[in-house]
Amino acid sequence: MQPILDIRNLNKTYAGGFVALREVSLTIERGEILALLGPNGAGKTTLINIVCGIVSPTGGTVLVNGHDIIKEYRATRSIIGLVPQELPVETFETVWNTASFSRGLFGKASNPEHIEKVLRSLSLWDKKDARIIDLSGGMKRRVLIAKALAHEPELLFLDEPTAGVDVELRQDMWNVVRELRESGVTVILTTHYIEEAEQMADRVGVINHGEIILVQDKNSLMLELGKKQLFLCLNEPLGEIPPQLSQYGLELNANGSELVFTYDSQQERTGITSLLGELDNAGIAFHDLNTSQSSLEEIFVDLVHRPR
Amino acid sequence: MNFQAVRSIYMFEMARMRRTLVQSIVAPVLSTSLYFVIFGAAIGSRITEIDGVSYGSFIVPGLIMLSILTESISNSSFAIYFPKFTGTIFEVMSAPVSFVEILLGYVGAAATKSIIIGTIILATASFFVDINIAHPLVMALFLVLTSVSFSLFGFILGIWADGWEKLTIVPILVIMPLTFLGGTFYSISMLPPTWQTISLFNPVVYLVSGFRWSFYENADVSVAASLGMTISFLVACLLIVRWIFKTGYKLRS
Repeated sequence: MQPILDIRNLNKTYAGGFVALREVSLTIERGEILALLGPNGAGKTTLINIVCGIVSPTGGTVLVNGHDIIKEYRATRSIIGLVPQELPVETFETVWNTASFSRGLFGKASNPEHIEKVLRSLSLWDKKDARIIDLSGGMKRRVLIAKALAHEPELLFLDEPTAGVDVELRQDMWNVVRELRESGVTVILTTHYIEEAEQMADRVGVINHGEIILVQDKNSLMLELGKKQLFLCLNEPLGEIPPQLSQYGLELNANGSELVFTYDSQQERTGITSLLGELDNAGIAFHDLNTSQSSLEEIFVDLVHRPR
Repeated sequence: MNFQAVRSIYMFEMARMRRTLVQSIVAPVLSTSLYFVIFGAAIGSRITEIDGVSYGSFIVPGLIMLSILTESISNSSFAIYFPKFTGTIFEVMSAPVSFVEILLGYVGAAATKSIIIGTIILATASFFVDINIAHPLVMALFLVLTSVSFSLFGFILGIWADGWEKLTIVPILVIMPLTFLGGTFYSISMLPPTWQTISLFNPVVYLVSGFRWSFYENADVSVAASLGMTISFLVACLLIVRWIFKTGYKLRS
């Protein structure tokens, strides 16, 4: 099946000489949710803006649903929806009018039923006649999502959609995103809330200094790059790791009262059994234990801080 | 052609006019009425006729042109500058629309507003003075061509401007003087020969002259020259707008 988005060797250098993207290649399959993570200035928004037609690429090709974004811009842009990072809204317009305007702008005939459905799904229906200037920041963010969904896009970009919105609204938004995915819409989102990416995404892409460092299935990424650790709460604090345990690479936490063992959960032999045997032999007793898997956030921080 | 998009932009802009009815329509009508009181009644009582037309009637075409020029420029420059200022331009730039469709929407709406204002001013003027339109079709042609041309010019201005000061500086420092020196309130034949020659370099002279001819068959320059200048200005603006969209000047980075 043809990918919904196929980016090949994309480059962008701004007029001032700043290189925003370097040889970026990325393929997005239909119906998936990809979380694009990266620190500020990594190139996420530039990448999105090029696909949407707002920024001109310096080199490379971008195909949306098999169509070139420059030569066949009508075909590509008509199926893309964009929720930008900022809050650019038509201040003096009503919610209903601005959403209807967006639908028409993207070449779709008037469909009040669809606009109503979108506004209801975003809890905006009772605000449909309100002027946007009178709405809160969170409501304005919803309006932007409503505008992006007004023309029934197949590929939706959410650039920091939950920045500055309250917990309840974030939950609402993610419910909408889940529904969209179920209806076959492909979603590419950037977010600083990495736990959201961890919850929502099928795949994770990491971009830094304009280069895609990694694109991988979220679960396999967490298995592959995530650390698993065993924490043992000792009965008696230790001053140092006994020499006979040195082969395990143990660490001491909490003034010597907690022993930390980092292991690879994918290995057949994790070393846990032999470690527990060695602890028994050394007369080190513990009264509690737990394990933890490193979060996507820890993996992300580790990836972007690796030397280039 | 994305007609839905053209219609959406056009209706959106016309809705803005309805929201700001006082600013959009009442203000230019009021200011033009004041011109009639000051120039038509006060000064006109001392100038009996110009080329066989009473002074009050003589200034009507010039006043309509003055309003059309300023309104076309301010409407279309604001229409494109405001989305740039607020950031909402991203939506138009990411929509499946060509530059022709964007122009038809924004410039079409701005020109429509100007034509409405011009027509209202003409109706208002008829309460003050006798108006005779010798060539209604030519008058309509000049009205439409001037509204479209200067709406295009305003569109270019709105894209070029990166601040409110730039947006207002051209209408105030360039357009307004050209309009006042373009024969709005007088015939250039009343000027000394040197100033008559200098006036011929003012494009507004051609617009006012051609428009006035359609009313009273009196003209400072030939109607063909007026029409030629107006069309040349229109074509020049179209070429500049085409270049803007082709290069993404001040629109795409």
